[in-house]
Amino acid sequence: MQSAIALPFSQTSLTRSNRVLGSTGSIFSTPRSLQFCGLRREAFCSSPSNHLTLRSDRVRIRSTRFQVSAAATTNGAPPKSFDYDLIIIGAGVGGHGAALHAVEKGLKTAIIEGDVVGGTCVNRGCVPSKALLAVSGRMRELQNEHHMKSFGLQVSTAGYDRQGVADHANNLATKIRNNLTNSMKALGVDILTGFGSVLGPQKVKYGKDNIITAKNIIIATGSVPFVPKGIEVDGKTVITSDHALKLESVPDWIAIVGSGYIGLEFSDVYTALGSEVTFIEALDQLMPGFDPEISKLAQRVLINPRKIDYHTGVFASKITPAKDGKPVMIELIDAKTKEHKDTLEVDAALIATGRAPFTNGLGLENVNVVTQRGFIPVDERMRVIDGNGKLVPNLYCIGDANGKLMLAHAASAQGISVVEQVTCRDHVLNHLSIPAACFTHPEISMVGLTEPQAREKGEKEGFKVSVAKTSFKANTKALAENEGEGIAKMIYRPDNGEILGVHIFGLHAADLIHEASNAIALGTRIQDIKLAVHAHPTLSEVLDELFKAAKVEGHATTKTGDAKIKLNMNEDDPRGPSDNEKQPSLSKDLIVRSTSMSSFVEDIYARVMFLVSRVFV
Amino acid sequence: MAVSSSSFLSTPSLSNSKSTISFASSVSPAPIPSLRRVVFRSQRRVMTVRSKIREIFMPALSSTMTEGKIVSWLKTEGEKLAKGQSVVVVESDKADMDVETFYDGYLAAIVVGEGETAPVGAAIGLLAETEAEIEEAKNKAASKSSAAVAPSPPPPPATSSPAPAIAQPAPVSAVSDGPRKTVATPYAKKLAKQHKVDIGSIAGTGPFGRITASDVEAAAGIAPSVAPPPPPPAASAAATAKATATSSPPLLPDSSVVPFTAMQSAVSKNMIESLSVPTFRVGYPVNTDALDALYEKVKPKGVTMTALLAKAAGMALAQHPVVNASCKDGKSFTYNSNINIAVAVAINGGLITPVLQDADKLDLYLLSQKWKELVGKARSKQLQPHEYNSGTFTLSNLGMFGVDRFDAILPPGQGAIMAVGASKPTVVADKDGFFSVKNKMMVNVTADHRIVYGADLAAFLQTFAKIVENPDSLTL
Repeated sequence: MQSAIALPFSQTSLTRSNRVLGSTGSIFSTPRSLQFCGLRREAFCSSPSNHLTLRSDRVRIRSTRFQVSAAATTNGAPPKSFDYDLIIIGAGVGGHGAALHAVEKGLKTAIIEGDVVGGTCVNRGCVPSKALLAVSGRMRELQNEHHMKSFGLQVSTAGYDRQGVADHANNLATKIRNNLTNSMKALGVDILTGFGSVLGPQKVKYGKDNIITAKNIIIATGSVPFVPKGIEVDGKTVITSDHALKLESVPDWIAIVGSGYIGLEFSDVYTALGSEVTFIEALDQLMPGFDPEISKLAQRVLINPRKIDYHTGVFASKITPAKDGKPVMIELIDAKTKEHKDTLEVDAALIATGRAPFTNGLGLENVNVVTQRGFIPVDERMRVIDGNGKLVPNLYCIGDANGKLMLAHAASAQGISVVEQVTCRDHVLNHLSIPAACFTHPEISMVGLTEPQAREKGEKEGFKVSVAKTSFKANTKALAENEGEGIAKMIYRPDNGEILGVHIFGLHAADLIHEASNAIALGTRIQDIKLAVHAHPTLSEVLDELFKAAKVEGHATTKTGDAKIKLNMNEDDPRGPSDNEKQPSLSKDLIVRSTSMSSFVEDIYARVMFLVSRVFV
Repeated sequence: MAVSSSSFLSTPSLSNSKSTISFASSVSPAPIPSLRRVVFRSQRRVMTVRSKIREIFMPALSSTMTEGKIVSWLKTEGEKLAKGQSVVVVESDKADMDVETFYDGYLAAIVVGEGETAPVGAAIGLLAETEAEIEEAKNKAASKSSAAVAPSPPPPPATSSPAPAIAQPAPVSAVSDGPRKTVATPYAKKLAKQHKVDIGSIAGTGPFGRITASDVEAAAGIAPSVAPPPPPPAASAAATAKATATSSPPLLPDSSVVPFTAMQSAVSKNMIESLSVPTFRVGYPVNTDALDALYEKVKPKGVTMTALLAKAAGMALAQHPVVNASCKDGKSFTYNSNINIAVAVAINGGLITPVLQDADKLDLYLLSQKWKELVGKARSKQLQPHEYNSGTFTLSNLGMFGVDRFDAILPPGQGAIMAVGASKPTVVADKDGFFSVKNKMMVNVTADHRIVYGADLAAFLQTFAKIVENPDSLTL
């Protein structure tokens, strides 16, 4: 994945791009230079999907083609024309993102949904949980007398109505679900109801016996809460996030199994609503997966002062729901020795041990695909790999079902990437530029590598790694809000100013991360972005400070060459005329840099100048 | 062990890294100390005399810190140290801090390794003055670390530092994690640790017999002397008079003389002063059946009996301003504009009276919150002067010890003090001659007769009794 971070003006980018393209086998046949931006890359549409010949013709005569297709599908022969250009199985956020982009690209698109539109994120995940967290944030603030007093505010005791809170979450999910449905309907995406499965190459069944064909198929079936064995979920006292988001009860004492971001967010909700929480974490440290420094600080703010205790290095080997007048019983065993350690008696248990892919009954055997722990194996272009390690033509899998990065927006980005590919534009998504956020109070957000990961990489590849930090305590806006708790941390290469990772813990961290993730995606160097101006006083100055705190050895890159290349993009786009006709708004949502010969020369010139300037430093 | 000004340290550091953080903002540079340093100084003279080996103690980096974790040793064993150099990084409940040495010498031995935790005051390393003593120190460390496997009680903290008026309570050694059947909720455990209550000694009243936060609060907050035995119940409110009464009989052999702490001296001075005020006492039995019922109802919302009584007294005082008045010069009444109820609290080695300001105006829940906060501050010795000396009326409750009645000494500067005994089932005959059992509580008020006369006090008590007997107005 690192290959896709190749950046203009970096000495390594040329060699790196060769390597990447070499793996697709397409590079040497293309006469043009190729330049990457972090997110999207363009190449000749010859290799990744070899069925795309005559595409421009097809587009032109599309209307006639569809009249033929109905007949073609019924005779059992391999279809030569199709009902749809693209069928997406699963109308979650990933499928939705892919569908919207496909329509924009002029593809006739259908989306199959066996449950409700919106999938996990909208109905049982990010969306309703944000509603609960919005409530918990306010409760926490109102309950914090000291905080209120420091504003000079007087508030009598804050209380809440559980059903009211639950309704807020449910209403939000409904609203977003309707928005999603309407946006697809308005654009002309066919929403087909019923469980979808793959019948064979380019053929999909949905509902009872509706069979349709498509040139390309995207599997976007998502995931379900993972429940380890030995745990009996009754939906009342032993619950998963699916149940918890309905907020049917607020137990006095709830054990949360798993201290990842799901568990952490729920601990925020439950403690604000008056519950006491016990974390059960299999690893030796709480909040695994976060940058260690961030998780340490977060633990001081989000866990230690709250009504939370925890057991680390233990598995919940057996959880029995409350019944016959007995509380929920949780057997804890040592994660390493498997010895019995403790038995907890609590009022409820929330299983937040992660999510398992939802890929059963998808008919994968029909295309000879073997799942790995339920995940559908894919390559870096989301193309499905079959049991023999070969690519399955015209079949893609995005989102939680492939397990690459189980985040809603990652699924959506993967979907867009696939649509790019099937519309004749090679594209590899840089997963390291995808931000992630945990919506506790305050929030945690991150993009790219953690410090240990970066140091390991630096050691392996022989570059130095530096860390810059800034504090929310020095930020005017944060102090005005009386929310000075928090830090931002950037891991970068001091030699060339490349941003390797940014981690933020503090007020509105989830909104602040995008400046960093965009910089990583676009390959912006610190020495350039540090000159950008931020409005004062805003929280974004935390990142401004962060960029300015970094000590980069190199100088700012020359912006002129870069800007010209960007301008050339629209005028000199060398793709077929049909593509241009269909893509008048190319630059609107995509940043694609393709260079003509002249700008290529300028590029080289700029590189040389840059190197020369470095020599003289 | 003298820790340099704990108030300075109590601000939590936002970064857990010891490295300096740039705080400078382009527009408003905020002058925040970028690095907090803690200085410790060994005061164990005894040890110093025998050999020039000093112990490095786990410092108290914040007022709430009971134990610390060694993040890293910046020096290795045998390395030379100069005065002022950072030796070890300690992680407290709030932040990581560098700890530096106050002596030149050699880091002879590390007793508590990296990643391990030690209670505040425990030796974490040994400092030898000369190279020759390193071996000796190492031997000592070896014996120490073998002994340290069992949670050894930390040395009693020195009280010689002049600043804190309240002595640092000795941290209770960690409760052994043996196989015990007690189930305590996370917050209960946290509170127990904070208030140094042995969780094993508490009987749980929560669902399934578990120990809840209110159980711990009952054990610690309202009857604080349950946990630390040193101050016997007699040391609280009323009994302080006896302290002054003990004159100076000849010392018996083996007796020891312990000088007063700053707080104890203050108490002593006040008690002598109180003798110049002509006081009298009026007692009144109050039926508490309704109050007890209300208490059961509001207890889950965090309301304590103290808050209920303070609120009732506040409301009664509002109707009898003279009882809330004071006599400053012997010539006039000083009517106080606020009703500030001071409540006597026994704390380890002394007595303090946190003040619930505007007790008549604040609602019960706010009052309870406020009380909780004050008790917390009192325990951590963070009460601001106005939080303990602005009282206009004092409430002292010894009911939780089973005391049925007592009388209190009027603190100087106030008009009256109320002493509340335990509520007990009592057989009473009503006006028709029918017997019944009612919960009765004896309330005894001591007042300054220069301004408060018998009838005033009686009327006040009658109002108070009415409020307590019809307590619904308390929750309004």
